[in-house]
Amino acid sequence: MSAILESRGLTKTFGAVTAARDISVAIEEDTVVGLIGGNGAGKTTFLNLVTGYLKPTSGTVWFDGRDITGVASRRITRMGICRSFQIPQIFESLTTWENLLVGLGIVAMGRKAFVGSHLGSARPEQVADEMLERFHLGAYRDEPASVLPEGMRKLLDIAMALAVKPRILLLDEPTSGVSADEKFALMDLVLTAIRAERVTVLFVEHDMDIVRRYTQRLLAFYDGRVIADGETAEVLANAEVRKLVVGEPAAEEQEGAC
Amino acid sequence: MIGSRRNFVGLGIALLALGLAAPLMPRWLLSLVTIALGQGLVALGLLLLMRAGLVSFGQGLYFATGAYAVGLASERLGLKDAALQVLLGGLAAAAMAAVLGLLLARYRAIFFAMLSLAFSMILYGILVKSAALGSTDGFGVTVHSVFGLDAREGLGRYGVYGLSALSAFAAAVGIDRFLGSYLGRLGPAVRDNELRVEYMGASVHGVVYVNLVLAAGLAGVGGALTALEVGHIDPEMAYWTTSGEFVFVAILSGTSSVAAPFLGAFLLVLLRSYAKQHAPNTWQLVMGATMLAVILFLPEGLWSIFRSRKRRAA
Repeated sequence: MSAILESRGLTKTFGAVTAARDISVAIEEDTVVGLIGGNGAGKTTFLNLVTGYLKPTSGTVWFDGRDITGVASRRITRMGICRSFQIPQIFESLTTWENLLVGLGIVAMGRKAFVGSHLGSARPEQVADEMLERFHLGAYRDEPASVLPEGMRKLLDIAMALAVKPRILLLDEPTSGVSADEKFALMDLVLTAIRAERVTVLFVEHDMDIVRRYTQRLLAFYDGRVIADGETAEVLANAEVRKLVVGEPAAEEQEGAC
Repeated sequence: MIGSRRNFVGLGIALLALGLAAPLMPRWLLSLVTIALGQGLVALGLLLLMRAGLVSFGQGLYFATGAYAVGLASERLGLKDAALQVLLGGLAAAAMAAVLGLLLARYRAIFFAMLSLAFSMILYGILVKSAALGSTDGFGVTVHSVFGLDAREGLGRYGVYGLSALSAFAAAVGIDRFLGSYLGRLGPAVRDNELRVEYMGASVHGVVYVNLVLAAGLAGVGGALTALEVGHIDPEMAYWTTSGEFVFVAILSGTSSVAAPFLGAFLLVLLRSYAKQHAPNTWQLVMGATMLAVILFLPEGLWSIFRSRKRRAA
């Protein structure tokens, strides 16, 4: 397997604050990778750097062997790196169907510009309907997106990212704001839909149950650094990760406390 | 629904009705309808911009550009046919927007509105100072022929009216198709969430630019038709109150149908004529009260009357 997305020494400072320091990770093609870390650990900053929304202070980003540092997010999307958002970024006044058609239409307009466009000869209107079914959003087809319940908004946001034909999809906290008993169903649905197209996935998550269940590999961030990178079970067992990310104090400390 | 066959048929019927009604209408009404169609074209351009979340207080710039292009084509270039003059008017205005749009497309909200207003006032200033173009008096425009028909006799007397109806029909059909196209759909998407549009792989700047140029082209055609109908051109066409009237029509009409701006423009022209006649000193008061009523009771414009009835029926 080869790395589809790689960052080398990625650093980002905002004035005196360092949001990302020397982040070097490589994501292999056709895998599902998790990214965990507390608030302010630099997870979203990392996604923003990789997708071109932020320019790194130093370091480089590589996609498929190409240096894409400093490339506009619009072009990065067209290369095949797409993302969803922690707070769903949807077109509120458009219907659910139209929301998907925006992305599918963009792909249809620039068939050549999209790497790996597998829209084929299908009409975007038709594909939008199929995607709505696949994401269980069919019942909301003609409703304005502004009336969707939170879980549906999340689903739509992810479906929109998938509509623009990614090779790697970056999901920013797909289950945040979703109730505890819905989150597994949501992740099953999302990952089935995404993996059916063999899209590589990197997702940011706070929920360790989700991470344990859906990822083979896990990255842990703390204070803008990568503190662990490896098999999910190993990373979750790592003492530093347990202390700084998961929030369970290490065994000896627990004894010392009280 | 936008872009549907039903809309095309509906607009075709409207065109046919305009054609059949022509011999029955008195001269003053014919003129009023022509002026309204010209205004409606400008408002249709504003509809495009408003769907993309932008309001321009400077459409007078393109309106005047179209009008002056007609005048100059007739006086200086020897281009005598009205149909060609109108085409030239639209192209001249679109070309103007193609240049100014490079800057304008970067701005949003009040900054976009004010910058477009500023550009229109610059043109106004230039026109007022241009002695060769008649300064504040402007100059007269004569219609020689329309589609090769002599404008002084027979069918030719309906030439400018017919040309306006055809232009309005072509523009409405074209814009309706555009709004239903993938590119056209990006306008409302930009209004809702620019960040997401960029993250879907499209250029927000590009979308705004295309809508700007189209809107300017429509305003240019509207200005050209108005110049031919009125027979006179002056710098007032670029003045901000003219632009304000277009915004008035656009808000009156709403953005849900391409036919709405024409209806809105016709109502404005009627309202203004009667208000000026019956309340010569306070007619602006009547206009303001109308605007207030529309904003309060029909926030989505006049066209929402038809829509809400349909929804209740369904």
